[in-house]
Amino acid sequence: MSTPFRTAEGGRIDRATTLQFTFDGRSLTGHPGDTLASALLASGQHQVATSIRLGRPRGISAAWAEDPGGLVQVEEPFPEPMLLASTVELFDGLVAHGLPGQGRLADVPDSARYDAVHHHVDVLVVGAGPAGLVAALGAARAGARVALVDEQSEAGGSLLSGTDRVDGVPALDWVADAVAELARHPEVLHLQRTTAFGVYDDGFVLALERRTDHLGAAAPRRVSRQRVWRIRARSIVVATGAHERPVVFADNDRPGIMLARAARTFLHRYGVLPGREAVVFTTNDSAYDAALDLARAGVQVQAVVDARPAGSPQRRAECERAGIRVLSGSVVTGTEGVERITSALVAPFTDGEVGAASVIPCDVLLVSGGWNPAVHLFSQARGRLRYDEVLGAFVPGEELDGLAVAGSAAGVLDLAGCLADGQRVVRAALSALAIVPAADDRLPSAPEPVVPAAPLVLWRVPDTSEAHARTQFVDLQRDATVADIARAVGAGLRSIEHVKRYTTIGTAHDQGKTSGVLTSGITAELLGIPVQDTGTTTFRPPYTPVAFAALAGRDRGRLFDPERVTALHDWHVAAGAVFEDVGQWKRPRYYPQPGEDMETAVLRECAAARTGVGIIDGSTLGKIDVQGPDAAVLLDRLYTNMMSSLKVGAVRYGVMCGVDGMVIDDGTVLRLAEDRFLVLTTTGGAAKVLDWMEEWVQTEWPDLRVHCTSVTEQWATFPVVGPRSRDVVGTLFPDVDVSTEAFPFMTWRDTALDGVPVRLARISFSGELAFEVHVSPWYAVAVWQRLLEAGRPYGITPYGTETMHVLRAEKGYPIIGQDTDGTVTPHDLGMAWAVSKKKPDFIGKRSFARPANQDPRRKQLVGLLPVDRHTLLPEGSQIVEFVADGELPPPPVPMLGHVTSSYRSAELARPFALALVKGGRERVGDTVHVPVNGTLVPVEVTGSVLVDPEGARRDG
Amino acid sequence: MSPRIPGADLPEHPDALWRNPEPKRSYDVVIVGGGGHGLATAHYLAKNHGITNVAVLEKGWLAGGNMARNTTIIRSNYLWDESSGIYEHSLKLWEGLEEDLGYPILFSQRGVLNLAHTLQDVRDSVRRVEANKLNGVDAEWVEPDEVRKICPVVNTSTDIRYPVLGATYQPRAGIAKHDYVAWGFARRASEAGIDLIQDCEVTGFTTQGDRVTGVRTSRGDIAAGTVALCAAGHTSVLTDMLGIRVPVQSHPLQALVSELLEPVHPTVVMSNAVHVYVSQAHKGELVMGAGVDSYNGYGQRGAFHIIERQMAAAVELFPVFARAHLLRTWGGIVDVSPDASPIVGRTPYENVYLNCGWGTGGFKATPGIGWALAHTLAHDEPHPLVAPFSLDRFVTGALVDEHGAAAVAH
Amino acid sequence: MQLIACPWCGPREEVEFTYGGQAHVPYPDDPAALSDEQWAHYVFFRDNTKGRFAERWNHSAGCRRWFNAVRDTTSYRFQRVYRVDDPKPVTP
Ligand SMILES: Cc1cc2nc3c(=O)[nH]c(=O)nc-3n(C[C@H](O)[C@H](O)[C@H](O)COP(=O)(O)OP(=O)(O)OC[C@H]3O[C@@H](n4cnc5c(N)ncnc54)[C@H](O)[C@@H]3O)c2cc1C
Ligand SMILES: [Zn+2]
Repeated sequence: MSTPFRTAEGGRIDRATTLQFTFDGRSLTGHPGDTLASALLASGQHQVATSIRLGRPRGISAAWAEDPGGLVQVEEPFPEPMLLASTVELFDGLVAHGLPGQGRLADVPDSARYDAVHHHVDVLVVGAGPAGLVAALGAARAGARVALVDEQSEAGGSLLSGTDRVDGVPALDWVADAVAELARHPEVLHLQRTTAFGVYDDGFVLALERRTDHLGAAAPRRVSRQRVWRIRARSIVVATGAHERPVVFADNDRPGIMLARAARTFLHRYGVLPGREAVVFTTNDSAYDAALDLARAGVQVQAVVDARPAGSPQRRAECERAGIRVLSGSVVTGTEGVERITSALVAPFTDGEVGAASVIPCDVLLVSGGWNPAVHLFSQARGRLRYDEVLGAFVPGEELDGLAVAGSAAGVLDLAGCLADGQRVVRAALSALAIVPAADDRLPSAPEPVVPAAPLVLWRVPDTSEAHARTQFVDLQRDATVADIARAVGAGLRSIEHVKRYTTIGTAHDQGKTSGVLTSGITAELLGIPVQDTGTTTFRPPYTPVAFAALAGRDRGRLFDPERVTALHDWHVAAGAVFEDVGQWKRPRYYPQPGEDMETAVLRECAAARTGVGIIDGSTLGKIDVQGPDAAVLLDRLYTNMMSSLKVGAVRYGVMCGVDGMVIDDGTVLRLAEDRFLVLTTTGGAAKVLDWMEEWVQTEWPDLRVHCTSVTEQWATFPVVGPRSRDVVGTLFPDVDVSTEAFPFMTWRDTALDGVPVRLARISFSGELAFEVHVSPWYAVAVWQRLLEAGRPYGITPYGTETMHVLRAEKGYPIIGQDTDGTVTPHDLGMAWAVSKKKPDFIGKRSFARPANQDPRRKQLVGLLPVDRHTLLPEGSQIVEFVADGELPPPPVPMLGHVTSSYRSAELARPFALALVKGGRERVGDTVHVPVNGTLVPVEVTGSVLVDPEGARRDG
Repeated sequence: MSPRIPGADLPEHPDALWRNPEPKRSYDVVIVGGGGHGLATAHYLAKNHGITNVAVLEKGWLAGGNMARNTTIIRSNYLWDESSGIYEHSLKLWEGLEEDLGYPILFSQRGVLNLAHTLQDVRDSVRRVEANKLNGVDAEWVEPDEVRKICPVVNTSTDIRYPVLGATYQPRAGIAKHDYVAWGFARRASEAGIDLIQDCEVTGFTTQGDRVTGVRTSRGDIAAGTVALCAAGHTSVLTDMLGIRVPVQSHPLQALVSELLEPVHPTVVMSNAVHVYVSQAHKGELVMGAGVDSYNGYGQRGAFHIIERQMAAAVELFPVFARAHLLRTWGGIVDVSPDASPIVGRTPYENVYLNCGWGTGGFKATPGIGWALAHTLAHDEPHPLVAPFSLDRFVTGALVDEHGAAAVAH
Repeated sequence: MQLIACPWCGPREEVEFTYGGQAHVPYPDDPAALSDEQWAHYVFFRDNTKGRFAERWNHSAGCRRWFNAVRDTTSYRFQRVYRVDDPKPVTP
């Protein structure tokens, strides 16, 4: 029989179906409802892995996320590093193996889908145990919008581990009814397999739903594997239960040693016996249930070892009736066995003194040192914790607005108490929301709790042996022991944060779920201070690990960032354009013809624009419609030059600076009417400039009667550029007189094409005669094609951003963000002409007067011509003083500036560059050096305008 | 038994770290803030200048602020001469620090790649690399195929949203173990007789004319000959007490780690456009960060959408990270200055020196600034390495703007 | 992650907002009349209060309106929101 430890009956597994899986190369079987851990235990396997530093065997020690022992790597259906055997639901075909500390990432991309959903509720209940279910029912019955999330595969919480009764029926029947009732409330969202892992401000909770993990390879591909729920709750009820706490003793890490309740869980929920011969070591009454249940299931319970001098009189009687020996006033001081515990060493324990140990053979040792309420979410919400002397644990120490803790998470450890607490807490939450509880909201009944004997708070079994202290494990995953804590304290450390860092306790996969409080307790003991003063380290999200991909959700690949494309995008693609990312936009960079590389394509495109006619899709240029009686006043304040003097029908180039006087954007401004301007911005600056305008208008000058609206996407823009552009535009728009006299440079005209409104503007970013054609994007393709047709006789050539850059650079027109870097003023760019001297003030003006702005060695925009007429200077190259011997001196070499733009020029028949150079305008005519790949390239400093400096071509 | 996993065994800390003395009534030098900078300054005051009547006052636990929370990226490939001066000086000190401190600080020179995703990124990168070379900082521009060789898990395919167009590479850059660094400095300082006083919050100053005579603390008044403010995110709280205005804003900055993973990521990768930076620390965990939370915050925590965005960036750039798990997130308080450069030097009080504004990138400067600030305090004169970072640059306009071309500031 | 009460739209997710730093720092009446130091204080220096701080926010992905808020920079909690032209609350 491959599952010798499977009980004959019972448990919430589907025994009719058998699942095959492979662990560490062994083929094993289990059933739906199993976890990997329960299936391994059913086969008799406790050891899962070896420990990271010491290589000691480690096994399954708990039945859920608090387990520090059962780390596994899943290999099939898709590699996933570091999961807990206790939380992996079994499915057919699962392949996994134990993990000695480091997980392995897949080397192929994960093709699973992940997504996120926003959800808003009145009451969010976290945890579907008894307290959580009562709370959710209470809120649902009151008509509230409710979400109930629970990390397990089914509701019930601690009830899944036991044999409790609620309302006189088996507790899980009551759970089933509760779940069914919740399903009938239309405003209730109930999610299992969903872990609330983070609590943030204003009732914001993040929860991860594992939707298809448990289906293995059968998971439907179109369903997201995991989903992040972003829940906004007006009120949160945290009913997350409690984690059992171990007691530390020598060799407490052997496979076969597990928390007492875990044994009950494996028995009742999964139908698995954790062993044949058990010893139960406890400091409180709760572990007696495990002893009794196991005995009833046929396990030989060798002894209950109770550290309390008098034990628990009542529970002792029960044990005696079941034939179980109880050793009160005793402790486990050590264990034997390598891959599996073979015996426990048990010694008398009186007044803190440990006596001589005797050996009790066993194959499983169950431990309970009490309970740690799962206060993680409360603590993440910045709730203060209070140390409870009786429980030996940290419990919520204050009331928070909008978040309350119920049940054992709040330190209530009995079932009836938890049910009542769930109701009390949800009613308080409802009342804060002014929601009236339903009249029929009845509190379910549970047997009167038997008052337990007082627990003993025992962090570790006293042991004077240093060797033993080195196997008294506090954090099993980190192989960190009592000896390590003692060394930390001995080194002078007092803060629990320092102890954590010194020992690495609490930094592993489980984030200290079992080790954290123990460390506080042991540290306090060693320092001789109260545990309250030691405190805990901070609880940080996430509560349990979350896959990166789940958090990335759908924001990957093309959806990582929106792609903006112009109305002509498909045309560009069809024309074979090579694209460039500019902000979020996809812009054609050039249009290679067969056999062309970028260089030849660009030379061809440039030549067309300089000698014939070219056309470019400039639709990405930012466009802002500025309207209102004070529109001109606003623009005067924001631009360095005067805009109010612009005539309707005319266009002006303008520069904008930040308050620090540095250029932030530039572009042309069309005056459409006395009270209306169309502001063109750079492609990348569009949103920034609109925000900038809004900020000033709203926060500083609310008196200005002006409105700014983005119309970037309302206008497609096609500059038609080159000496033959007049012919093209004149042909297509015969109604417009395109002569220089009738349609001068820097003016615009409205016209129409077959009834479609079109705006033409004589703006040039190349120095050539040019017309910008503006049209609604709905007609963009048609107008573009009509322009191409009209241009065919002249060889009209579409060109991309690269050619645009060459053309503008030949004319010395800077690109903001390329030829500037946030440290450049208009004066530095040689644009003093664009800085008004008449205006008393504008944004940035005052900064021009600062001492650093007067420095004659400021960097200025100049042109550079490599003397060899051949070398293309890499953009970004640094510039140094001319070195006579042509050898670069050793560093540090003072730098004069850098190359901002660099191209081959068809027009100049040589490469050229723009650069920011210290005192550059003074240096025109000088030769300087540019280091390129280890050699010094001599370059001549020139003015920044290299083509048509007289501006003779703009009128064609 | 031998360790099973490479890197599983972090080096042991020493058996003795520091004394826990009661504060004295008076010290020659009082350093406010026991983070990396304060502790390094203390060490170099003792070591280089023989000044040991010094107290480091720390309001919480030693080095529990940003020093305990940063992602430990160390590099010196900054754009401007002033910056590469101090950071390169620091990097050289890092190279000998393990020996100097006698502490295994796990300084690992595994190199850093700063990825370029747009043509402008490429220009800025080349500009920075060329400037670095001329300043004697090791730096090179690498093409995508070399990026792939240096870090095979980076997604260099051309069909991602923002393809990798290349990167700058500084081979001498790397990471170190932050606690080990802080504790190494602390141990040396303590050994030299410097008092490290924890749970000691400076709550005010006593002044006489243009001089500060002492500090008021949660553990009593302490007289001081010279005061150095090394309070990082809390600088403004202290300068407000002195009536000095400093142009820093304190922002939350978050970071996170994964579980321990087999080695996949041999270097440090930073990307500004697809905003994330990643290294795989010694034990095997992926350590990551991104940008600050937008608002001012002293809460040592930030919002989750910042983490989600960072995860999207991480999976976009490193598809194999998809099923790595987020284990823990946390936040620090970073003191961001207008030009992304530090503010170090004199204040209107003759004997008060300021050290702040390191923002998201001051860990790498720890030995460098400790060294230079100690020199400054000992000579009562800003050391040339820190002189360009004076407060009055904001008045003259002579900023050291590290946003523009080196925008990844970590 | 805050839920921020835009004075025009009501409570909205933090991701919809842009931060604008300290509020009530008016553009100087006559910048030319300021010393370099005074001007520098306007351009670069902002309070960095720990605790209640009057600051500017923009509902950038919503109504696009600017407003002011008093928020505690330690707890991050908003104490109140108000319109840009409202006076600075007396007890921030
Ligand atoms: C998430 C994150 C990631 C980072 N990543 C990097 C990185 O990769 N590389 C890099 O170079 N830098 C990084 N940094 C920045 C770096 O951490 C900081 O710039 C640097 O640590 C600041 O110097 P410090 O160590 O002295 O600061 P801190 O460690 O913050 O020290 C300041 C100390 O002053 C104390 N203090 C404050 N007020 C008082 C008072 N009134 N009285 C007494 N004590 C007081 C504080 O408690 C604190 O301990 C990162 C920062 C964060 C938060
Ligand atoms: Zn709004």
